[in-house]
Amino acid sequence: MQDRMIARAKALLADGTVDRVMGWQKGEFAYDITPAVFRSPEALDRDFVFNDFAAANVSKYLVKESRKGGKILAFLKPCDSYSFAQLMKEHRVVRENVYIIGIPSWGKTDFEKIKDRGLSGIKEIKDNGADYFVATVYGDEVTVPKFEVMLDRCKDCKSKKIVVYDELLEEPNGEEVENHRFDEVAKLEAMTPDERFAFWRKELSRCIRCNACRNVCPACTCEKCVFDNRDSGVENKAAADSFEENLFHIIRAFHVAGRCTDCGECSRVCPQHIPLHLLNRKFIKDMNELYGDYQAGADPDTRPPMTDFRFDDCEPSVVYERGGAK
Amino acid sequence: MTYYKLPYEKLYDLLDRVAAGQKLYVPTDRDGEAVFAAYAPGTQLTKKLNTNRSAKDFFFPQTENLYDIKMKGKQLTVEDTREECEDFTVFGVRGCDARAFTILDKVFLSDPVDTYYKNRREHGTVVSLACNRPEETCFCRAFGIDAGDPEGDATAWRIGDELYLAARTEKGEAFIASVRDLLEQTDGAMIESLKKAVAYIMDRLPLGQTSFEGMKQTDLMTHFKNEKWAALSESCLGCGTCTFVCPTCQCYDIREFDTGKGVKKFRCWDSCMYSDFTLMAHGNSRNSQLERFRQRFMHKLVYFPDNNGGEFGCVGCGRCLAKCPIQTNIVKVEKALEVNGNAE
Amino acid sequence: MLNETLIPEIGVVTDIRRDTPDVKTFRVEAPEGGKVFEHIPGQCAMLSIPGAGEGMFSITSSPTQKDYMEFSIKKCGCLTSWLHQMEVGQQIGIRGPYGNGFPVDTDFAGKDLLFIAGGIGLAPLHSVINYCRDNRENYGKIDIVYGSRSMDDLVDYKEIIDEWCKEDGINVYLTIDREQEGWDGHVGFVPNYVKELGFDTNKTAVICGPPIMIKFTLAGLVELGFEKSNVYTTMELRMKCGVGKCGRCNIGDKYVCKDGPVFRCDQLTEMPDEY
Repeated sequence: MQDRMIARAKALLADGTVDRVMGWQKGEFAYDITPAVFRSPEALDRDFVFNDFAAANVSKYLVKESRKGGKILAFLKPCDSYSFAQLMKEHRVVRENVYIIGIPSWGKTDFEKIKDRGLSGIKEIKDNGADYFVATVYGDEVTVPKFEVMLDRCKDCKSKKIVVYDELLEEPNGEEVENHRFDEVAKLEAMTPDERFAFWRKELSRCIRCNACRNVCPACTCEKCVFDNRDSGVENKAAADSFEENLFHIIRAFHVAGRCTDCGECSRVCPQHIPLHLLNRKFIKDMNELYGDYQAGADPDTRPPMTDFRFDDCEPSVVYERGGAK
Repeated sequence: MTYYKLPYEKLYDLLDRVAAGQKLYVPTDRDGEAVFAAYAPGTQLTKKLNTNRSAKDFFFPQTENLYDIKMKGKQLTVEDTREECEDFTVFGVRGCDARAFTILDKVFLSDPVDTYYKNRREHGTVVSLACNRPEETCFCRAFGIDAGDPEGDATAWRIGDELYLAARTEKGEAFIASVRDLLEQTDGAMIESLKKAVAYIMDRLPLGQTSFEGMKQTDLMTHFKNEKWAALSESCLGCGTCTFVCPTCQCYDIREFDTGKGVKKFRCWDSCMYSDFTLMAHGNSRNSQLERFRQRFMHKLVYFPDNNGGEFGCVGCGRCLAKCPIQTNIVKVEKALEVNGNAE
Repeated sequence: MLNETLIPEIGVVTDIRRDTPDVKTFRVEAPEGGKVFEHIPGQCAMLSIPGAGEGMFSITSSPTQKDYMEFSIKKCGCLTSWLHQMEVGQQIGIRGPYGNGFPVDTDFAGKDLLFIAGGIGLAPLHSVINYCRDNRENYGKIDIVYGSRSMDDLVDYKEIIDEWCKEDGINVYLTIDREQEGWDGHVGFVPNYVKELGFDTNKTAVICGPPIMIKFTLAGLVELGFEKSNVYTTMELRMKCGVGKCGRCNIGDKYVCKDGPVFRCDQLTEMPDEY
C-alpha cells in the first residue's frame, strides 16, 4: 500500500493537483513514525512510510493545513474521514484545499501491546499480512497475530466506510460494520452511582494534565480553549485540587458531545492509559437513545442532535427519570 | 567499593525490613501501569523495564504547596507551611532516572537553594537498579550513563538468582547497614560481567549509538536559527506529554488556590509547550508552536549544557519516544540539527 | 529551616501617587518602618496580592532613598488592576531583590550618561537616574530623552520639571507622539528625536521602553556611531520564580530574572530575538 500511496502522491504533485502531501515520516524503528508534510518527490521516496503504526487521525492537522495556501493531499482512513466530514460541517476545514485519497484500514496496531508481551529491545517488526514477525536484540523471534495487538478502538471499529474523498486507493468502499462499542458503556451504566463515581475518580486520578487528549482531538478545534485562559482559574496544568482534572475531562466530553465521531484518539494518546473514549461513548449512546441513532461525521449535511430542535425531542426531565430509576 | 549479595528470593525480606523503618517506594504494577508506589508487604516489583512516569515526583512533585497567604482587611499574613520531610527510600530507580536527580540538583540546589526540593532530597535515599534488558527506546549511553552500573546512594544489580548491592554515599551506607545481616559480602566480578553484557546489548539497540556530542560543534545562534525547526515542529500537537513524563523537565508555574478561607500558593509542573507559558499582559515572547518546540529542545541540548559545564538536560530514558502521541522526539531533533551542523 | 526565596515578606503601602491616567506610584515600607530590603538600581521585586497573583516590577526608587521603596506601575492586567484600586495602608507580599541591576559603580562610573525612555519605560531608569543625581560627583554629564504618547502619559512629569530640569549638568529632552494643546515641546517618536539630537558617541546610553522603541532607538544610536557595548537596556519577560529556576523568562541561555534584566546591546545581538 505504501508504494501505491507514494506513486499517487508523486503523480498528484507532478500534475499540480496538490503542492504538498500529508504523510508519515520514517523514524528509528518500526513504530517511531511521525506525521509530516512532504513537498517533493525526493522527500517522498526518501522518508515516506505507511504501516500499521500510522494511527494518528490526520484530520486534526487538516484544520490548519487547509487554511494555508495551496492544496494538500491527505490519505484518510475511514475514521479520519468521519472526522473530516464533521469538520466540514463545522466549517473548520476548507474542503477545496484538500485532495483526499481514501485508504482502507483493517485496524491499527498498539505497539505497547507488543511490548506488553515481554518483547523488549525490538529490532524488527515484519508485516506478514495476518501477523507480525517480531525480532529482538535478545534473540526472541516471535510471531504475533495482528488482531491480538490491535488498538482497542480498532477492535470496536464502527465503519470501514470512507465518507468523504476525491478518490479511493482501493475500490470498493467499505461498509459500516457491526460492533460492540457500547458494551463497556453498558457495564458502567449497570454500576451503582457510587461505583461509577469511584470508577471515574480512580481512572481520572491518573491524569497529569498533559492535554494530549485535547490537542489530538479533531473535535477540539477552538481557536482558544477555555482551559488555556489563565483567568479561568482552571487553566491547563496540574491543579491544586484533584477534582479539577475530573472536571476538565467531563467538560471536554460535554463540549464535543454530538461532534465526537468516536475516533478514539483521546484514549490512544493518553500516556496514563485513561479510557477517555468511554466518556464520549456514553454521550453518543445517550444521544442515540434519546434522539434516535446519529453518527457524527457520517455525512456532511445532517443536523447534529445537540444543535437541532424537533417537537418530539425528549423533555429535560428524562435526565431525572433515567438517573432516578437506579 | 564493597559489594554485598543476597539470594534474589530474599529481596522481599529486605524490602519488608526497609519498609518497617521508613517509607519505601518501589516500581510496581497498578492498573496495568508501572508506577512508583509505597511498598507494603506483598507488593510485587514490576516486570517492566521502567515506570510510566519518571521518578522526579519524589523530589519535585507535580503540585506542592509553597505557603499560605491570607488577607483580612488590609492586613496580610503569610504562613510558612514547610515541614521537615520524613526519611524515605526509593528502591529500583533506573540509571537514567538516577542521573536525572543530579541534573535537577543543578537547578534546585544552585544558589538560591530551593528549600522544598532540598528538604526532600536530603531525606530521600535513592537505591538504583541496574538494567538487565534495555529497550529499543533507550539511549542513556549517549549521556555517559551506564545502565549496567547506575548511580544513586546505593545500587542494586540482579544477576541470575542473586541480588547484589553496593553503597555509593553515606546515605547508601546507612541503607546497607540497615539490612546488613541479610547480606553476604562479595566481590564485584559479577557486576563487571553484567556491565559488559549490557554494553553488548546497547551496541545492538537501534538508538545504542546515538550521540549528542555533535551538537556542541555548532554555536547557540546557529542552532537557534536552523531552518529545520519548522519541519521538526510542524506536526507537534503542543501537548505537554513529553514534558510531564520527562525526568529532567523542571519548569514550573506558581499559582493560587482560593480555599475561601485564604489562598494557597502552590507550584505545579508547567510546560514550555503550552501557549500561555510566556504569555504576559502585553504579549507573548513565544507565540508559535515552532518557537515553543524549539525552546524545549534548545533548553535541553544547548542552553542547559551552556550553563552547566556541557551536561545535557536529557538522560535518554526514552519516555518521550514512547509517549509522544505522534512520535516526535529528542533523537529526531538531534539527528536533524547535527546533520545540518556538520554540513556547514 | 533555611530561608525560602519564594516566600514573600510583607510590605505596607504608605503612599500612592497618580502619575498618569494609567500609571500610579506606590511607596512600600516594612510594617515596622524602613525598607523591606536593600537593592541596587535596575533590580526588581516580586509583588503579590493573594487572589490577584504575583508579578515582577522594577524598583523605581533609588537605593539612596533610605526610608522606602517605590514602584511605578502601569495598569494593564489582573494584578496591576488590583494594585491600582488599593488604598494607603494596604499590605502586599514582596520578595527580592532580583536581577543584576545597572553597573552604576563600575561601567557607568565617570561616564557621560544618556538615558532614553519611552512611556512606562522610565520606571526602571528612574532608580538609576536618581542614584546618579545623588552621587553626582561620580558621573559626567547626564542627558535624558523621554517620550510618551501624550503629555498626560509622561510618568513623573512633576519631578522631571521641578527637579531634573533645574539641575546643573542634566539636560532633559521631552517629546510626545502627537500634537497636543498646552504642549510647546517637541513632538515625535523617541527614536527619531534621539537621531535629531545627535548625541556625542562616547556617552554610555541606557534605553528602556516598549520592545519596538528599544529596537529602533538602538538602530538609531548605532547609526549615530554608538558602540553597542556602550548601550544598555533592561528587559521584561513573564516570570514566576525570579531566581532562574521556573524556566520561562529565558532569552537563549540567559534568564532575564537572574542574568538580566540589564543587558548590554552587544550581548543582546548574540542572543535569540525571543523578547
